[in-house]
Amino acid sequence: MITKRIIPCLDVRNGTVVKGTNFENLSEISSPVELAEYYSSHGADELVFYDITASSDGRKLFTDILTETASKVFIPLTVGGGINTLDDFDRVLKCGADKVSVNSGAIRNPDLIHAAAEKYGDQCVVLSVDVKRVDGKFCVFAKGGRENTGLDALEWIKRGVNNGAGEIVVNSIDTDGVKKGFDIEMLKAVCDIVNVPVIASGGAGCKEDFVDLFNSVPQVSAGLAASIFHYGEVTIDDLKRTLNENNITVRL
Amino acid sequence: MLAVIDYGVGNLFSLQCSLKKIGAEAIVTDDENIIKAADRIILPGVGAFGDAVKKLRESGLFDVVIEEAQKGKPLMGICLGMQMLFDKSYEYGEYEGLGLIEGEIVPLKGEIPRELDIPHMGWNALNFHNGKNEIFKYINEGDCVYFVHSFFGVGCESSLIATAEYGIPVTAAVAKGNIFGCQFHPEKSGETGLKILKAFCEIGE
Repeated sequence: MITKRIIPCLDVRNGTVVKGTNFENLSEISSPVELAEYYSSHGADELVFYDITASSDGRKLFTDILTETASKVFIPLTVGGGINTLDDFDRVLKCGADKVSVNSGAIRNPDLIHAAAEKYGDQCVVLSVDVKRVDGKFCVFAKGGRENTGLDALEWIKRGVNNGAGEIVVNSIDTDGVKKGFDIEMLKAVCDIVNVPVIASGGAGCKEDFVDLFNSVPQVSAGLAASIFHYGEVTIDDLKRTLNENNITVRL
Repeated sequence: MLAVIDYGVGNLFSLQCSLKKIGAEAIVTDDENIIKAADRIILPGVGAFGDAVKKLRESGLFDVVIEEAQKGKPLMGICLGMQMLFDKSYEYGEYEGLGLIEGEIVPLKGEIPRELDIPHMGWNALNFHNGKNEIFKYINEGDCVYFVHSFFGVGCESSLIATAEYGIPVTAAVAKGNIFGCQFHPEKSGETGLKILKAFCEIGE
């Protein structure tokens, strides 16, 4: 049986890891390389690095950090943030990324998914979507959750998979940072329409939220979280033991 | 010295780093003479079978790999590199492989239950076959490794050393004498993967 994956997410800006609530009031915490090594040796199944730097200096710093992490951590690495062109794919893959996550770049240029899937394979292309309910409808938001694109999230995800996205990260803006559990309703809606792995993101506050996630939406492949891991509120070892006790298959 | 064959497919950065981590002296190369001088060989690979075999032929290394393996040099194929050890593949056409492991590569689609995602991607547990092969000497049955693939090996029962359960038992690793193949990525499988690479580096020592 394939195991459910637990994925810590590291938002990196100017060489350090940050995490905020509802995408605002970012606060800095630790060295990404150290944190990646720590997670890898404590049961993380995969790591996601988001580059939230705006400057080119910051971008160089980010790729240096990625290279260093990839040379020390031997689990799959996904990189997102600032991915707008095939050259961006190339840049991070050369630094040791295994998968590349596209978000706003794909909204601006929907052909990017297809072009990247053709060049690097479907398994390499992750479509990350920030979703928020507006008038009861799931809408795609861009620019770190600040701008409503008007796109219907389910339509957008379906289109992404048809174009070759091999995995979907669903980040619920409604539950992000609130720590009251994953967005079960939204995740069910997405899992019903795609046949590629879906990663749940946004809302994890305690171990039981992950148990609830995998029990309520068994098709979900992975749970992603940041702050609860970074601040040590939940350790991955402990979380996986709890999942195992609840008959959810994990890598121990 | 270990030669990692570079024939222009895929990114070898992680593999190189993991070999360095276990203390193996490895050279990434497309030089026939270095490959012949090496005491063991890794054949990596990602992408499509037809394209990879074509590139291996164009690099002039197709026959070199076969000759070195037949001389008894330890050879490990990883992911698509494992698939290339087989007789042939039906990935988008019909292509001849290196013919070092008896069997064929066929799509998972149609072979596994319909509700399962393709590719078979993520961490899955190894079930040993035909005893415990020497490349598994540092790990235990049930340890998880990382898979990403849409095609898999069949008809290789005599060489089968591990499977992973994905609706059906999926070929995870094969071995025939000095020739080894892993469908999963040891360089992405954490400590377990490093232990498999370490055991391979000790074959014949």
